[in-house]
Amino acid sequence: MTIDVALIIKAIIILLIFGITLLIAMYSTYGERKVAAFMQDRIGPNRAGPFGLLQPLADAVKMFFKEDFIPSQASKWLFILGPCLSMLTALMTSAVIPFGDSVKYESAPGKVWDIPVQAIDVNIGILYVFGVVSLGVYGIMVGGWASNNKFSLLGAIRAASQNISYEISMGLAIIAILMMTGSLSIRHIVEQQHGGNWNIFYQPLGFIIFITCAFAECNRTPFDLPECETELIGGYHTEYSSMKLGFYLFAEYINMFVSSAMISSLYFGGYNYPGMDWVQAQLTSSLGEIAGHNVGTLIGTLVFFAKSLFFVFFYMWVRWTLPRFRYDQLMNLGWKALIPLAMINIILTGGAILFLKPLIVSFLK
Amino acid sequence: MQLTNRSKQVSNKQMTFAERIYLPAIATGLGITIKHFFQKKVTIQYPEVKQYLGPVFRGRHVLKRDEQGRERCTACGLCAVACPAEAISMVAAEREKGEENLYREEKYAAVYEINMLRCIFCGLCEEACPKQAIYLRHDEFVPVFTERDQVIWGKDLLAENMNNRYLRKAWTKEEAREQDLKGVAAEPRTQL
Repeated sequence: MTIDVALIIKAIIILLIFGITLLIAMYSTYGERKVAAFMQDRIGPNRAGPFGLLQPLADAVKMFFKEDFIPSQASKWLFILGPCLSMLTALMTSAVIPFGDSVKYESAPGKVWDIPVQAIDVNIGILYVFGVVSLGVYGIMVGGWASNNKFSLLGAIRAASQNISYEISMGLAIIAILMMTGSLSIRHIVEQQHGGNWNIFYQPLGFIIFITCAFAECNRTPFDLPECETELIGGYHTEYSSMKLGFYLFAEYINMFVSSAMISSLYFGGYNYPGMDWVQAQLTSSLGEIAGHNVGTLIGTLVFFAKSLFFVFFYMWVRWTLPRFRYDQLMNLGWKALIPLAMINIILTGGAILFLKPLIVSFLK
Repeated sequence: MQLTNRSKQVSNKQMTFAERIYLPAIATGLGITIKHFFQKKVTIQYPEVKQYLGPVFRGRHVLKRDEQGRERCTACGLCAVACPAEAISMVAAEREKGEENLYREEKYAAVYEINMLRCIFCGLCEEACPKQAIYLRHDEFVPVFTERDQVIWGKDLLAENMNNRYLRKAWTKEEAREQDLKGVAAEPRTQL
């Protein structure tokens, strides 16, 4: 019986993570429209419900009732497979992100379960994320190719080449982090940034490279060439309608949230915040060992969401600030600027680990 | 030829390092957008809040009555002639005995119709009218049509309601010009 309750807590955590990811993606569409409006001195959607809060629901209803059109010359099964792949890979990535510390549950006196607030804690978390995100481009490729439309195909080609180019520098930026932490598990990386000891202070260059590549991977402005409305109508989803189009758009917002979560856990300490030890001590002394720990976890999770949502906002902020790159500029930036910079970053990090760290340690002694 | 001093000299000079790494320029841009994010919004919530469009706005028509509530229109047809869209049609009738409190002069418009789909709201009817009988209101629009029979407006809709008279600062061009010269303050540009 005892193990059942622990499993139920784990199941609830997984369901919550899944649901919250979807909810945040849903409200990102609303947030995007609001942020866009505010930056253009407008108000944005405000008719559906108070402050337009029901707008995502109205959009979903609209999407479902649109005609689900499949072009006669399209490859039917691949046409359906495209958005499915996009959505699937987008949802899979949130599994390894540590949303919080852990929930403690005492099943019997002296027998305490320590359940991490994370769907699965794999020791190769970062590799898993990279693998799944790389698969994500297949959704776009398959969809764009299956549409049998020149614009879609162009969008798909752009998406593929862009993702390949930027994945390299993204991976190289991460390697510097891996060198520092010596672990591929995202949970370990987050735990090493305890308190205010965030990676951003050690890896500012890596962070800039990573966030630039994250923008490119999510096909967001200024790297939204695969779906640029002004040149390619809609890019890879030109031929899509109804909920298939909805899936593509939704997948983009989920990717945005997941990459924001990745940025905040890799560089901004995840659920860590300055002064967390003090808060934890206060909570433990006032609420007791287990309840205090759980409340502390909850605060940490909220901090994590605040950081992630800030980066979602940052995505939107940048979208309404910067114009789109030209294709050659995109490739130049990726291959001639970001990859060399990432390599320099690796060398610098290696040098610092080899020489600087012993120096500082001996100085402090 | 130089017309203004606003023209900017273009140069093909090599970009500096700060310009080439984009980041300072991006930061400036982000600063500009976030400033707009917190600025006051200019949106007017239209159906609930209506903006005052000025004293010379040409909205829906009104058939004026005089102080005793008699219709001013004598069905002379000058408005219909002046109308470039041929939106106005009327049927004239002679005033009977005992109708002196209804109509100001011996002749009146028994039927006066404006086709609101044809009307272009140019205001030429208002200028053509010798009896100051027809005006375009500055404060009301023609509402959106949802039915066929809402398009042609008869006297029931056009004639002025004596309990809620239509008033404005100047009734003729000359009056408006005089007031302008005298410096009478226009109605404030606030939301109605």
